[in-house]
Amino acid sequence: MNKVLIVDDDPGILMSIEFLVKKAGHQAFIARDGQEALAIYERESPRVVLLDIMMPGMDGYEVCERIRQHDRHPRPYIVFLSAKNRELDIKKGFTVGGDLYVTKPFSTRQLVDTINKAIQQP
Amino acid sequence: MNTALVIGASFGYLALLFGIAWWAEQRGRTKRSLVSNPWTYALSLAVYCTAWTYYGSVGRASVSGIEFAAIYIGPSLLAPLWYTVLRKLIRISKMQRISSIADLVSARYGSSSWLGGLVTVFSIIGIIPYISIQLKAVGTSFDLITTAPELLRAAPLLTDTTFYLTLGLAAFIILFGTRTLDATERHEGLVTAIAFESVVKLVAFLTVGLFVTYGLFNGFGDLFGRATERPELQRLFTLSGDGGPVRWSALILLSMMAFLLLPRQFQVAVVENLNERHTHKAMWIFPLYLLLINLFVLPIAFAGRLLLDPGVDADTYVLSLPLANGANGLALLTYLGGFSAATGMIIVATIALSTMLSNNLLMPLLLSLPAYRERGVQPKGALLLAVRRAGIVLILVLAYVYFRTVSSAAPLVSVGLVSFAAVAQFAPAVFGGIYWKRANRHGAVIGLVLGFAVWAFTLVVPGLIRSGLISPDLATHGLFGLEALKPHLLFGDLGFDPLTHAVFWSLLLNTAGFVLGALTFTQSSKERNQAEVFVDVFKYARAYESSIVWKGTAQTSELRRLLANFIETARAERALEQFARRNGIDLASDSADPRLVTYVERVLSGIIGAASARIMVSNVVKEEEIRLEEVFDILRGSQQLMALNKELRRKSEELDHLTQELRRVNEDLRRSDELKDEFLYTVTHELRTPLTSIRALSEILHDNPDIDEEQRQQFLATMVRETERLSRLIEQVLDLEKLESGKQKLNEGTVHLPTLVEEAVDSVGQLLRDKGISIQVDVQRNMRPILGDGDRIEQVMINLLGNAVKFCPEQGGRITVSCYYVDGEVKVHVTDNGPGVEPAIRKLIFDKFFQARQQHQRRNTSGSGLGLAICRNIVVLHGGRIWVESNGEQGARFSFTLPALSPKDQPEQA
Repeated sequence: MNKVLIVDDDPGILMSIEFLVKKAGHQAFIARDGQEALAIYERESPRVVLLDIMMPGMDGYEVCERIRQHDRHPRPYIVFLSAKNRELDIKKGFTVGGDLYVTKPFSTRQLVDTINKAIQQP
Repeated sequence: MNTALVIGASFGYLALLFGIAWWAEQRGRTKRSLVSNPWTYALSLAVYCTAWTYYGSVGRASVSGIEFAAIYIGPSLLAPLWYTVLRKLIRISKMQRISSIADLVSARYGSSSWLGGLVTVFSIIGIIPYISIQLKAVGTSFDLITTAPELLRAAPLLTDTTFYLTLGLAAFIILFGTRTLDATERHEGLVTAIAFESVVKLVAFLTVGLFVTYGLFNGFGDLFGRATERPELQRLFTLSGDGGPVRWSALILLSMMAFLLLPRQFQVAVVENLNERHTHKAMWIFPLYLLLINLFVLPIAFAGRLLLDPGVDADTYVLSLPLANGANGLALLTYLGGFSAATGMIIVATIALSTMLSNNLLMPLLLSLPAYRERGVQPKGALLLAVRRAGIVLILVLAYVYFRTVSSAAPLVSVGLVSFAAVAQFAPAVFGGIYWKRANRHGAVIGLVLGFAVWAFTLVVPGLIRSGLISPDLATHGLFGLEALKPHLLFGDLGFDPLTHAVFWSLLLNTAGFVLGALTFTQSSKERNQAEVFVDVFKYARAYESSIVWKGTAQTSELRRLLANFIETARAERALEQFARRNGIDLASDSADPRLVTYVERVLSGIIGAASARIMVSNVVKEEEIRLEEVFDILRGSQQLMALNKELRRKSEELDHLTQELRRVNEDLRRSDELKDEFLYTVTHELRTPLTSIRALSEILHDNPDIDEEQRQQFLATMVRETERLSRLIEQVLDLEKLESGKQKLNEGTVHLPTLVEEAVDSVGQLLRDKGISIQVDVQRNMRPILGDGDRIEQVMINLLGNAVKFCPEQGGRITVSCYYVDGEVKVHVTDNGPGVEPAIRKLIFDKFFQARQQHQRRNTSGSGLGLAICRNIVVLHGGRIWVESNGEQGARFSFTLPALSPKDQPEQA
């Protein structure tokens, strides 16, 4: 079973993505802020990280940078999942090491496709 | 001391002066001028301190005590007045190209060659003795230091060192004082050399002072203590001298006038001035200099009386004290200091006098010779230079002769004061001329002649009697045998000392003649014109070129030819073209514009003096007498022009201002545009979050019909909650927009705030109970109703209470609400015991979407980030204030005030 880490501070969003991940047959981990996300990442080394950006304390960009510093193998697949939809925000997402940037609100089917494809990445 | 060494030092010093002057002139051509700063200006003013100060003050102090200080107090007291008087003299002289005090008087009274000549003659008579005592001081000090006193009077001309020094000075003055023809041009090298000399004499004198006070005695206390033990010295501490306070006041008055009217002072203070603003700083530097150079006068005088043989001339104490104590090096320095004090005075006085002599006496005389007047010959620049150089030599020769024959016996100070009294005679004509429009030529001549006659009779004649040139009968029986006409007691004894007596009568008669003459006779139109421009110089400063009135016919070619005599043709042409361009004059037309005539006259004035220029110009033009009314008409015209100019400048400034304002508004608009973009971005971002949940959950429910019931209920409940959040957010955004844009008006009515507060508390009752928060409400019940929008104020209350609930700790939450009237307003506080608000963000939390931008705080899902922004808008619309206070762990206290305006239907009760 592949591990997927979901990071977001909104309970409704967490609830829906957790359902989708489990439904797709993966193992879901949930973090409500950056610190929690890094702790779980350390412990579980998830295959995919779904990462919100605007969160209390450490923001998603910083979480991504820190994950990239770990240099684990296999390399985790990081998907930004944010309501920030400006060119600038998206560029920054890739600069700090994100693999994909999905804007909210998203289509649930596409999100599931994305997760499945990510898991198949080498 | 070795004579050769002293001679070598003297000429070496002179060579150094040459070097400095030369270097300053070279430098002035390439780099920033050395002269153009207030320090050089103030130091050059210190040419006021001559050998009289250097040697004579001590001599005077040893006889009359502190009286010597009067002539330094005068100029110091006058210094604040420089701001008006000196600045006015400078402004007038720059505008009219005035090159000396004689030129000033001549120009003011209609370019009168008569007056200019009179002032020149009087100046020369008055100042030559003054120059001669400088030579005497140099000679005496030279003899003293080379210990060859018997040489002084016996020395034939060719072995007299003073003679050679005089020649050296003449060379220096000719070299650096007559470089250019234009007498109003600055002598940079010369002024720098003079400033340098002021430093030398000050340093030398202070060194002697320190040597005497701390070397020969143990400081001031010791010296003064020992002086008070001697009764004849004790007297010197007070104003008891010859004339007491009356003489003291007369000296102060005399020195005030002399400071501005002495030809050399006028030269450095006015003609050589580069920038009017330098006077501001010089106003305190110069008095400070005077204070410093007088610091050790009394100590040295006392030391001389205490330590030296009574036979020693008190005027030589400064030099005798180091010599008597074997301090030969110091003696040489002292000698050089005195030398510099003397040469500084001689140089500047000679230049000033020679300019006067050539421009106001010799040139006008020359121009009235038949050869020039009738045959149309015009003098050339070379002739003028030759005249000026001859004048320098003549003045120095006269001074030298005077020194050899007359002044050897008189003390330095007495001769100096007689010169002061001579130049003081110019005061009515000069100051009257620049402050009184009615002052005229006749009055000036009468006053000057009367004043000078009295001066000569009361101050010069007694000296001549003493030296045996005039029979002493005059002193005992009076002129024509009349008692009232005794030289030293003219018009009877008033109980004054001779100097005060002379100053009193000469100035009194001078002023009376000046005023009566002005009231009796009428001015010529040229004079009237000058009077106007002199007295109101600051008013005409800008429109000057059009404020000199002239009427007649002249040919441009003639004017060109006139200028070419003194200025290179190319330069003259350039100057004319510039002037023509500035004033819109056509140079090609052969009949010259009147303004061109006055311009040429003014340029010539700077070179050959006002009176000579007048003569030369009137020789080539046909002048018509102009009626006084015409003068006034034209002057009024130029004033109007000036006013118009001013108006134009004001308009242009206004336009500038408007442009800037426009730019600022534009910038504001751009910024508010950016803010609006930012706001929209934040709003859509905030909308997306609940929308995301709603969409995701509804898609899940749609795609998974087999989802278990419990989960379905949970999803649906979340969807409902998020939908509510969404609509609340939209409402608040619209609400805020209405408040901020001013579209939302307050629905004002009578509000009883205590009741409103209690209702608000009631409405959040369920929330409080859910979280187990205790609440304390403390309101002033007897408060009168205020004017306001009840619903809006309740909105604020509920918002603040909601926030308080949100931030109260899970356990033991406590909220206090209070409401009371104070100082014309109603104050409401809502206090919680939550985590508090950091100082840095206390102002920011009232900004819209502050919460969204502030990522360090845990976001709470129920907040939109707009609540406090809306509260602030509502409170501000009511004319109140809202703020938050917090001290660390103690929670936050949100407060707002509302003005306690009584509703109209309920008039305020007392």
